[in-house]
Formats: sequence, C-alpha cells, structure tokens
Amino acid sequence: MATYTLTTPLTEEAVRKLRVRDSVILEGTIFGIRDLTLIHIFDHENAPPVSLQGSALLHTAPSLKKVGNRWEKICIGTTTSGRMDRFTPGLMEWYGVRAIIGKGGQYEGSLEAMRKFGGCYLAIVGGAAAVETQQVVEVEKVYFEELHPEALYQLRVKNFGPLIVAMDSHGNDLYSEVKAQAEKKLPEIYRRLRIAT
Amino acid sequence: MVKFSYQLVEDTAKELYIRALKILPPDVREALKKAYAKETNPTAKEIFKTILANVDVADREDMLICQDTGLPIYMVKIGSKFPVDGAQIAAALKEGAKRATQEYPFRGSSTHPVTRVNPQTSVGEGLPIIFWDFAANQDYLDILMVPKGSGSENMSAMKMFIPADGVGALKKFVIDTVLNSGANPCPPGVIGVGIGGTADLVTKLAKEAIVRPIGSHNHDPLFAKIEDELYEAINSLGFGPMGLGGSVSTLAVHVEWAHTHITLNPVAVNTQCWPARRARAKIYPDGRVEYGF
Repeated sequence: MATYTLTTPLTEEAVRKLRVRDSVILEGTIFGIRDLTLIHIFDHENAPPVSLQGSALLHTAPSLKKVGNRWEKICIGTTTSGRMDRFTPGLMEWYGVRAIIGKGGQYEGSLEAMRKFGGCYLAIVGGAAAVETQQVVEVEKVYFEELHPEALYQLRVKNFGPLIVAMDSHGNDLYSEVKAQAEKKLPEIYRRLRIAT
Repeated sequence: MVKFSYQLVEDTAKELYIRALKILPPDVREALKKAYAKETNPTAKEIFKTILANVDVADREDMLICQDTGLPIYMVKIGSKFPVDGAQIAAALKEGAKRATQEYPFRGSSTHPVTRVNPQTSVGEGLPIIFWDFAANQDYLDILMVPKGSGSENMSAMKMFIPADGVGALKKFVIDTVLNSGANPCPPGVIGVGIGGTADLVTKLAKEAIVRPIGSHNHDPLFAKIEDELYEAINSLGFGPMGLGGSVSTLAVHVEWAHTHITLNPVAVNTQCWPARRARAKIYPDGRVEYGF
C-alpha cells in the first residue's frame, strides 16, 4: 500500500507503478465527463475539443452556476462508473487517457484496456462531494456547454484525493477480488440461515 | 401570527429539499462514527475518514453532502384534526421542489425517460413522488423529504416468489441482491426490504424501510429477527465501504411488511447510500413549522 502524489498529465511510467490498494493524490488538471458527454464523443462522433493525452477523467455531473463568462462551482461529486464502462477502452486507445476516477468500478474490457495501454481506475469516496468540491480550485473551462450538466469540464485541482487504486495496469481488480471473497462466504451464510440452495 | 397556508407548504417543501441535501440526520452520523471506530481494514478506515470529514465540511461550509440531488420524494402524513386540500398540497410540493432547484440553484436530476431532456427543475410528469398517509387524532401535517440518489436506486430489485419458495428464498434474494450491487450504491448504507403485498406495494414498503431511523427495529419481533439475520449476513460478506473490502458493508437492514395473497410471496429491495438523507417538517394549523428528521 504505497502512497503517491501525481501531477497531470500522467505518464505511462507513473501509471505502471501503481498497484491495487495504493493511495493517490492528484495535482494539476482533470476532466469531468459523464454518460451524455461520452455518447456525444463516441456515438455522435464529436472529437473532444481539447487534448486528453495523459489525462485523468472524473465521472461527474456537477452543480455549477454561470456568472458572466465564468463557471462557479456549487457541488462537484462522483457518479457510478459502471454505466460508462464501454467508453473506457476507446478513451485509452484513441485519446491517451491514463486514469478514470469514479466509484463502483468498471469491467473486463476496461481492465484489459488498462493493461494494454497503461491505464488505471482510481476509486474516490462516492457521496463525499463536499470534500471533493473543496479540492477543485477552479472550473477552468466547459466544453460542449450545451450538454451541461453532462458537458466536458476542465477542472484545476489541489490535493485531490485520497484516491484508491482499484484497477491497475497489471490486470488486478480490487472489486472482483472483494466480490470473489464474499461469494466464498455465501454457502456458510445460507447454511446458517437455513436457506435451501 | 402566521397562519397555515399552501404558500407555507410550498416554502417548507423548498426548505426541506435543501436541508435534506445538506444536513445529515443524527442517527446516520452516529452509525458512521461507530463504523469508523469498528473498522480494521486500512483502506476502509481511510474511506470512513473521508466520509466523516465530508459530513463536517458540509456542516461547516454550508455545502451539499453529495452532488446527486436525486429525485424528490415527499412522504406526507395528514393529521385527522388538520382539514386540508390534498390537491393544493401536491401542487405546493411540486412548486417547492422546483424552486429549491432553481433558486439555490443545484443540479436538477429529473429527465424525460425517452428524449432524456432534463428540465432542470427536479420535477416533471409524475414527479415529485408523493406518498400519502394519515395520522389519527393528530393536528399537524407531517412531511418527510427524501432526495433519492440514482447510484443506490439503480440497484433496486423486486421478485414475485411463490409460497412454496418459503421465507428462505426471500432472505437469499436480499443477500444476493446486495452482493450483486457491490460497490455501486455507495455502501455502507441502509438496505430496505419489503415483504408481502402486491408488486407495487412490496416495492413501496422497501422504500418506506430505508427512511426509518438507523437503530429502529420493526415492531413485530418476527420481522425484527429477519432484520437482524440479514444485517449479520450482509456484514459478514466483507465488501466494506465503497465495495473495496472491509468489515462494515451495511449500516442497517430495515424490513417493512404487509399481508399478501395466499398464492403470492413477493419481496423487494431498495438500497440507500451512506448519506441516508432525509429531512422532516411538522406544520401546525397556527403556521408553526418544526424541522427535524
């Protein structure tokens, strides 16, 4: 369980060092992204108007307030990543994304893309949006503004985390490990409750 | 002196939505603190630390606990000594939820199910969800507001078993549903279980179960025992906070029940995330409003 502070853009070397259960703090710029943003990019073929090389993407749909030309943060938190699973391989292969920040984890295809292209999944504490909002210094830019609250958000962060490496570039997936251990306990639980299987 | 009015219901509905998003109920805070103290897994301990820090920051900085502002649910109980017009209450609740969203302002989470157009009001066709109930001999209007987040709501499940499956099948269904939900509903939260009734009623009972204060038990010892059994079973699974491993996988299991048909054996699960948000107001005929949980 090592602890790392990483600054964006992330290099392949830095990401390859990470192992599940390590703890990461991010500095620099991250991008907020969600269901509609990804459908817009992949299914409706609108290339991201900003480079995502070496980026860390946060699964979010923030509450923001537009004051003049500036976007002020009200609440920035994290949504369930499972829904955006099918986009992760493309993000890593074609756009050079190195980290997905979310909650709940992703599946086989994403894990394989992380192994192949040098990516990782960083688990944030879901529901802890007050802390997360404080770690976002500024909403620097909003791309695909018409999709708000599911646009593409460029966020400057400070001391962002702690994030837990839950899927690494070596084929390890903490969610599957934990689930497999839980499944092993099921027969004993069923027996104790006299549940026929 | 302020007197009761439907404008007061609207203002209270707005205030309740905002309060629910910001102020975590005391029983939930207590349960989270106990979980932190009990947890031994280092990753899980770190997660509980962030959770508790988040509750503090939301209090201190007057911020929303979670970005998922949810779908608004108002559970209304009308006292029999409080003659009111239900249609006007329904309209006031809808307007209050919309005003909370637009005046605060926070993200509206309601959307059209086919076009996916978000009106940015938190309400719409069929929303807010309103449960109606009645309290004999009471002189107040009791409104419990629950902003229901989607991470947990997406993990809901219902199944119509048959009598031959017995109660064991219901327990297995709950345990399997929670296991398959894994990290998605932001555990450890409250697992609400409905038993009996019809397909719609059993689902509603599960929803009523998640809003009961943590530490409360079903009044019927038979169902209180099922709550204890399921609580112990789920916590022995070891998936922990945020599904990353640990000893605390749920803060509570609540069961609500109803009689059912001789050929039915339905069960429903509704999960609530660790910020088990709710806010209550009691409105009296003289215009007094008492806020609570």
